[in-house]
Amino acid sequence: MAIQSATSEEGAIGTATDSRGRLVTSDGTPLRRALERANRRRKLTALALVAPLLAFILIFFAFPIAQMMWRSVDNPQIVNALPRTLVALEDWDGQGVPDEPVFAALHADMMEDLDRPRREQAIGPLGIRLNYELSAARSAISRTARSVPNFEEPYRDAFTDAHRLWGQPELWQIIKREGRPLTLSYYVAALDREYDADGNIVKRPENRQIYVSLFGRTLALSVAITFMTFILGFPIAYYLSTLPMRYANLLMIAVLLPFWTSLLVRTSAWIVLLQQQGVINNALVGMGFIGDDGRFSLIYNQTGTIIAMTHILLPFMVLPLYSVMRTIPPSYMRAAKSLGARPWTAFRRVYFPQTLPGIGAGGVLVFIISIGYYITPALVGGQSGRMISNEIARHIQQSLNWGLAAALGTMLLVGVLVLYWLYNRLVGADSLKLG
Amino acid sequence: MVAAQQGDGFVVYDGVQKSYDGETLVVKDLNLSVAKGEFLTMLGPSGSGKTTCLMMLAGFETATSGEILLDGKPINSVPPHKRGIGMVFQNYALFPHMTVGENLSFPLEVRGMGKSEREKSVMRALDMVQMGAFANRRPAQLSGGQQQRIALARALVFQPELVLMDEPLGALDKQLREHMQFEITRLAHDLGITTVYVTHDQTEALTMSDNVAVFEDGRIQQLAPPDVLYEEPRNSFVAQFIGENNTIDGVVKEIKGETCVVQLDGGVLIDAKPVNVSKVGERTRVSIRPERVEANKDRLAEDAHTIKAEVLEFIYMGDVFRTRLRVAGNENFVMKTRNAPDQVRHKPGSMIEIGWMPQDCRALDCPE
Repeated sequence: MAIQSATSEEGAIGTATDSRGRLVTSDGTPLRRALERANRRRKLTALALVAPLLAFILIFFAFPIAQMMWRSVDNPQIVNALPRTLVALEDWDGQGVPDEPVFAALHADMMEDLDRPRREQAIGPLGIRLNYELSAARSAISRTARSVPNFEEPYRDAFTDAHRLWGQPELWQIIKREGRPLTLSYYVAALDREYDADGNIVKRPENRQIYVSLFGRTLALSVAITFMTFILGFPIAYYLSTLPMRYANLLMIAVLLPFWTSLLVRTSAWIVLLQQQGVINNALVGMGFIGDDGRFSLIYNQTGTIIAMTHILLPFMVLPLYSVMRTIPPSYMRAAKSLGARPWTAFRRVYFPQTLPGIGAGGVLVFIISIGYYITPALVGGQSGRMISNEIARHIQQSLNWGLAAALGTMLLVGVLVLYWLYNRLVGADSLKLG
Repeated sequence: MVAAQQGDGFVVYDGVQKSYDGETLVVKDLNLSVAKGEFLTMLGPSGSGKTTCLMMLAGFETATSGEILLDGKPINSVPPHKRGIGMVFQNYALFPHMTVGENLSFPLEVRGMGKSEREKSVMRALDMVQMGAFANRRPAQLSGGQQQRIALARALVFQPELVLMDEPLGALDKQLREHMQFEITRLAHDLGITTVYVTHDQTEALTMSDNVAVFEDGRIQQLAPPDVLYEEPRNSFVAQFIGENNTIDGVVKEIKGETCVVQLDGGVLIDAKPVNVSKVGERTRVSIRPERVEANKDRLAEDAHTIKAEVLEFIYMGDVFRTRLRVAGNENFVMKTRNAPDQVRHKPGSMIEIGWMPQDCRALDCPE
């Protein structure tokens, strides 16, 4: 027989081993290598199939995110603009106003910068950068820069005469502290902290603390929205899962309807419904439930954000729940009842635990989407219903403090990853069922 | 046979009807009585109403009219969890998020039994099905046969007097199924529980039951012990459904007491036993079991009618020979003969004469 002729001297039928005891094929190549060769083609095909998306994700997702995270610590402006000044500042003890050599170096730095072509000038970015730490720094720099060519020694007096800020130790402390290629100052600011005169990180004054409480509010709103979608979505998903397929599909379309309408249209519709002179308040007043002066504030606050976002994110809860519930045969509930469990006990002990993968998936999905949601809170959130993403957008579009925006965004990203990691530890991500 | 029909059984269906849509009856006037300790099988093709009958007894469907009595008390308005009926489901319905032990403990927990007592009962039930070592496994880690045993143990652990089984062996392979058939009957008899078993597998019904109720079209066609059911089917549906059967249509020519003469559609006259024919001239379907067809004249009575048959096919099946014949125009007439040394192996194309004892050939109704 062919098989026997290929075996080694040991004579085991059908298997052969080489000198090191590994299995080999009939032509003598190690079995493991032969298998790898046979599987290589399949692996290549798999790689070719995922390659376009992988490239897309790398270029348009992973790379920008890495860029953003880099921007949150990148700090080239002062180093580029004031190399000599920073060297001179090394001897400064951080107290009072620096001495003449520092101002001379500053003069040299600024003169050199003025000689450069306008597009390469580092003085403009320097003003913007310093302004993040100390308002008025930008105007001080630009005003001084115009008159620097006329300065004469002693430069110290010339600078302090040109703008009073040069005579304040605070500005010099900032230049010395931030005169490094990398900085933590954006994160310090994002955590509502600042540096004091001695360079220690301390809490900001109460009235300037924004971000920590905003993060807290974002978390609280996201939890509330997730909870609301669960409360509203669970019964719907359950009902859908008990219906015959064609009715379930029809009703599922109704649930998915929010997906098919423009986000802006839906959000504006909520404005029409919820505002003080809107449909709901008018109806309530018309039916005499509330007086004309007792109209509810349902929009431009947290209530508005929760209502509108619950509506928008509901499908993300219903879909995973439905797909999990669909797979739970009705015989489980029947079995529980036949074993003597009351309907509620049967639901609690037998049905509900089996829906947990769906609840987990829907919950994580809704929570992670809502924690970074932007448009709806911006439109209906008013002041108290704003979330952290609105603040990030403000820094990118209006205040142009991209470093701070990047720091806030990175913290949000890390926060989400930590929450996902926690979920994975507690529940197990492999139990997620997204449909 | 049978406390049935007398109305004093442990489980009694009294004129039960069921309709889902208000237009057609799925169960039409069901009267059935199951004695205490009896193993009753509801047998029938799918859609015959047997499962609906079981679900009404379990409480998952309500009877549209009529009464179901359990131990003399009407239970129509008793919710399922208060009926105390054990049930084994088609796909076992073991709770996947609980271990085997927790599954078995569940019915005891909801009855408020104490922990130590519960553990004892669970172990006893597991030992009963030889699964004592599996208490800490999850159902998904068990094979189909093991899950089946656990489902059985769970239905019995709270010591119900009545156990319902809804095609419990349908998902098992043949060998395991036969083994479990034996095991279930043994347990049921040892524990003295009343069992109502639903299946569409006639072998299962015949081997396991004390009584079999054959369902078709929402009615019980025949309720009888397995041997009676097989040998004395009361109508052509039962004859056709249980076991293999040869049928030939014809007209009753003469009835005299226990035998009648039937003229088959081919014109041949044969002897038969009148079962549900009453008058001469009526159309009838005669039915003969393949193993009661005889080609060896020595084994036939002297005055037995014989009939010419053409051999179409001979199949060697090991223990038996299966010969397909053309008889009176029926090309699917089968004769089964034991593989004995003197048995003839008929060649296809040859003409033979076959016959049977008149009492084995039953003249039944002729459905259109």
